Amino acid sequence: MSGTSLLSVENLRLDLTSGGKAHAAVEGVSFDIAKGETFGLVGESGCGKSITALSIMSLLKPPLGIGAGKIRLDGREIQNLGAAETRKLRGKRISMIFQEPMTALNPLSPVGRQIAEMFVLHEGASWKEAERRAVEALVNVRVPAPERRVKDYPHQLSGGMRQRVMIAIALACQPDLLIADEPTTALDVTVQAEILDLMRDLCVARGTAILMISHDLGLVANMCRRVGVMYAGRLVELRPSSDLFRAPSHPYTRGLVASLPRLGTRAANGQRRLQEITGTVPGITAFPPGCRFHPRCTVMTEGCKVTDPSATQLPGGGLVRCHHHG
Amino acid sequence: MKLGANLWIGGVLCAIAAIAGILAPWLAHTHPFMDANLMNAEIPPGREYWFGTDGQGRDIYSRVLHGARISLTVGFVSQMINSIIGVTLGLTAGYWGGWWDDFVNGLTNVMLAIPSLIFALAIMAVLGPGLGSLIVALGLTSWSFTCRLARASALSLKSQGYVQAAKTLGYGDLRIMLTQLLPNMLGPIIVIATLGIGGAILSEAALSFLGLGIRPPYPSWGSMLSEARDQITTAPWLSIFPGLAIFLTVLGLNLLGDGLRDILDPQSRSRRA
Amino acid sequence: MDEATAALLDVKDLAVHFELGSRLFGFGDMKTLRAVEGVDLHVKAGECLGLVGESGCGKSTLALAILGLLTPTRGRIILDGKVLDAKTDRGHLARTVQMVFQDPYASLNPRQTVRRTLADPLRLHGIANDGEVADRVADMMALVGLRPEQADRYPHEFSGGQRQRIGIARALILKPKLVICDEPVSALDVSIRAQIINLLLELKDSMGLAYIMVSHDLGVVEHMSDRVAVMYLGRIVETGPWREIFERPAHPYTRALIAAIPDPFLPDTGTARGVRGDVPSPLDPPKGCAFHPRCSLAIDACKRAPGPSLFTRPNGHAVSCWRADELNAAVA
Repeated sequence: MSGTSLLSVENLRLDLTSGGKAHAAVEGVSFDIAKGETFGLVGESGCGKSITALSIMSLLKPPLGIGAGKIRLDGREIQNLGAAETRKLRGKRISMIFQEPMTALNPLSPVGRQIAEMFVLHEGASWKEAERRAVEALVNVRVPAPERRVKDYPHQLSGGMRQRVMIAIALACQPDLLIADEPTTALDVTVQAEILDLMRDLCVARGTAILMISHDLGLVANMCRRVGVMYAGRLVELRPSSDLFRAPSHPYTRGLVASLPRLGTRAANGQRRLQEITGTVPGITAFPPGCRFHPRCTVMTEGCKVTDPSATQLPGGGLVRCHHHG
Repeated sequence: MKLGANLWIGGVLCAIAAIAGILAPWLAHTHPFMDANLMNAEIPPGREYWFGTDGQGRDIYSRVLHGARISLTVGFVSQMINSIIGVTLGLTAGYWGGWWDDFVNGLTNVMLAIPSLIFALAIMAVLGPGLGSLIVALGLTSWSFTCRLARASALSLKSQGYVQAAKTLGYGDLRIMLTQLLPNMLGPIIVIATLGIGGAILSEAALSFLGLGIRPPYPSWGSMLSEARDQITTAPWLSIFPGLAIFLTVLGLNLLGDGLRDILDPQSRSRRA
Repeated sequence: MDEATAALLDVKDLAVHFELGSRLFGFGDMKTLRAVEGVDLHVKAGECLGLVGESGCGKSTLALAILGLLTPTRGRIILDGKVLDAKTDRGHLARTVQMVFQDPYASLNPRQTVRRTLADPLRLHGIANDGEVADRVADMMALVGLRPEQADRYPHEFSGGQRQRIGIARALILKPKLVICDEPVSALDVSIRAQIINLLLELKDSMGLAYIMVSHDLGVVEHMSDRVAVMYLGRIVETGPWREIFERPAHPYTRALIAAIPDPFLPDTGTARGVRGDVPSPLDPPKGCAFHPRCSLAIDACKRAPGPSLFTRPNGHAVSCWRADELNAAVA
C-alpha cells in the first residue's frame, strides 16, 4: 500500500498541553494519500482536522505538539526533521492554502513579488526571470489582466482574487501535495465553485495530490476521491466518496448525511422534520471515555461507554471505527 | 498562579496604605504637626522614632500615616472625577458619532497636547493651594486616556450583535450605553483608573514638591519630600520613608489593576470556579 | 383585499444609499453606495420568505431598514398596517419585528445572565410584575429547549447551539409577528444545525411567526421557505414560490447559485457553471444589468439597460432578466 502512497500518516497523536496535562486532541489517526489523489478530511470545529494538516506541514506550535505516530512523505519520515529540512519541504514538496488569504499574504508586498519569491527561494531563479514567471502563474489561476495585477497589493484584490493568488503561490513550485484548509469558506457561493474548479483542474494537470480540509461534507464528497470523517480527535470513517453519502457507515456520518437539508429533498419528501444529532460537540479537554461519539449516538450500547472501538475494514473498501457500524 | 499573585500583592499593598490612612489617628504615635519639638530634631530611625524625626522634631512615622490620608484621598477622588468625565465623553462620542464625536476628539487632542501637570499648575494658580483645589486640578486634567479608551471600546462594541439586538428590542440610547456598552468596557477602564490613582498620587507629590499642593504644616507624601530635599544627604530618612510610601502604594495600585482585569473577565471567573 | 394590504410586511420601491468617503472642508471624493435599490417585497403573516444573495447584495441593509435601524433614502415600509417612519413608536416596532443573529458568540452580552437578557426587554415593555416576568422567562426557555434553571448562567457557559437558542428566545420574548433570521445556522457546527432549523420551524407553527430567512445556504432556504427572493447588488432579481425558484429558476444568477452547490453524489466535472468572475464592488456596480459581466448569456441589451422591472406571473414567479422569456421557452 505504501508503495504508491505519497503521504502516509500512521497512528498520529497530537497533544494539547493545558494546565500541565496533555490532552490527546487527535489520536490514532492513520491515512494514506496516493500521488495525484484528492483526499478530504471532514469534521466540525475541534475535531482535529486542521491541526492534523498543520502537523504535516510541521506548523504546530506549543501548546500543541506531536505526541506519537509517523508522517511519511515518499516513505521518508518527516515529523522529526530539523528546521532547515522542513523549510525545504514546505512550498516545494508540500504547500498549503488557508481559509482567509488576507492573513496569509503579506499586506506590504505586491502579489507578483510574493509569487516570484517562491521561484527565487526554491528554484534559484533570478528576480527578473521570477517576475516573468509570476505573470504566467497568474494566467494559470485565471486572473484577468495579470500584467497589471502583479503590481497590486493584497488589499486591492477581491476575496476570490486573493485566494487565486494564494493558489498561484502554493502551486508555483509544482509541489506534490497541496493542503487546502477550508479554502472556500470565506468566499461567496458562486466564487467558491470557481475556485474549486481551478484547484481541481490545476492539480489534475500537474499530478498534484490534494488534502482538503472542510466542515462541508457535501463539498468534500464532491471534490475528493476518498474522504475521512473526523469526530473528537478520531478518524471515525474513511470511505471512497462515492460510497459516503450513499451508504454512510458510522452513526455520526449517517446522522450528518440525514440532518443536512439538501436541494431537492423537500420537493421529493415534503417539509419533514430534519433528523437531529442530539447533544453538543465535546471540547478537547472533555472527550468522553469509550467511543467518543457514544453520548450522542442513537445505537449506543453499554459497551460503547467503556471500550473505544478499533478501525474495522469494510467489505466494499474503507474503514469505520464503531462497534455497531451499519 | 501568576495572576493571583498580582492581585494579592497589589491588594495587600493597597490595603496597607488604605488602613494606614483610615486608622492614622490611632496608629500614629504623635500628632503629625502639633507635636513639634526642636529638642528631638533629625533623630535617625530607631526604637522610639521608627522612621526618625524631621528638622522640627516631628515623628516621620506619624506624618507618613497622616500623609497617606491626604495622598490617597487626592489620588482616589481626582481619578474618580477623571474616570467619570472620560467615560461619559468617550462613551457618548463613540456611540453617537457625528459632530459630538468630532468635538470630543478635538477636546481630547487639545488636552493631550497640554502637559497635564502644567495644566494642573495653571488651575492651582487660579484656585490657590489646598486639598480641594488640588483634587479639582488633578481631576480635570488627565481624563484624556480614559476618554480615548472608552471611545475606542464604544466604537468596537456598538457593532456587536447584542448591541444591535438591544436596539431592535427598543432599548433607548442611554440604556444601551449603560447596560450593553459600559459593563463590557469596564475591565480596561478600571485598569486605567487604578493606574491613574497612582499617577495622581505622583502628580500630587510633584505639585506639593513645587509648593503648589498641600501647604505645610499638613503632611502629604509629596509635601514631605518637598520639605526634605535640603536634608537629603544629612538626614536621608526624611525622603526615604515618604518616597517608599509613594513607591509601594503606586506599585500596589498597578499590580491591583492587573489583577482586577483578570477578575472582571467573566470567562476567567468560571475557569477558576 | 389585495395581497399587499393583507401582508404583514410590505416594502415598496425601497432604496438605501450611503455616502462614503471623507470630506475635508467640502473637498474630496464622495461615492454613493447603493446598498439597496428599488426593492419591492412582501411577507404575509405566518409565511417564511427566503432571502438569498452573496456578500454585498444588500440583504443585511434591507434587514436593518425593516427593523427601523436605518432610514431609507427612498420608498416605504409598511409593517403590520403602519407606515414605518421617524414617528413610528419604537416600542411597538420592537413588539412587531425582531431579529436572530448569525454569530451566537458576538450576539449575546457576555456580562448578562440569560435571565437578564430575557427579563430586561419584558420590563422595558411594561411588564412590571416580577412573578409574571419570571414565568415568561421560564416559559420561553422551555420553548427553545433550554432548562429554566439555566437562566442564571452567563453566555460563555453555553455551547454554540445553546447560545443560538438563547438568541432565538430573546427575539421571541416580546412575541413579535415577524422575525428576521440572519444566517441563523451558518456559524454553528454542522451536527447542530438540524436542531436549530427544526426549532425555528416548530416555533413558526406554534407561534404563527413570519420569517425572513436570510441565507446563502440554498439547502436551508429551500427547506424552510414558502417563497424565495434572490438579491444581487442591491436589487431583487427573481422572486417566487420556493418550488418555482428551485425547480424552474429563470434568472441566470439564480441558476448559477443552484449550480454552484456541490452535489455529493456526483464527482464534479466543473462544467456548466454559467457564471464567471467575482461579485463586483457595490460601490462601482456595472452599467446596465448588474449581472451582465458574469453572465454567460448576456447580450448587448443587457449592457445598456438595467434588468427589467419584476413582472409577476400568475403563479407568483417574477424575474428581472432581458432574456428570461427566451430561456423559459427553451426550457419548456
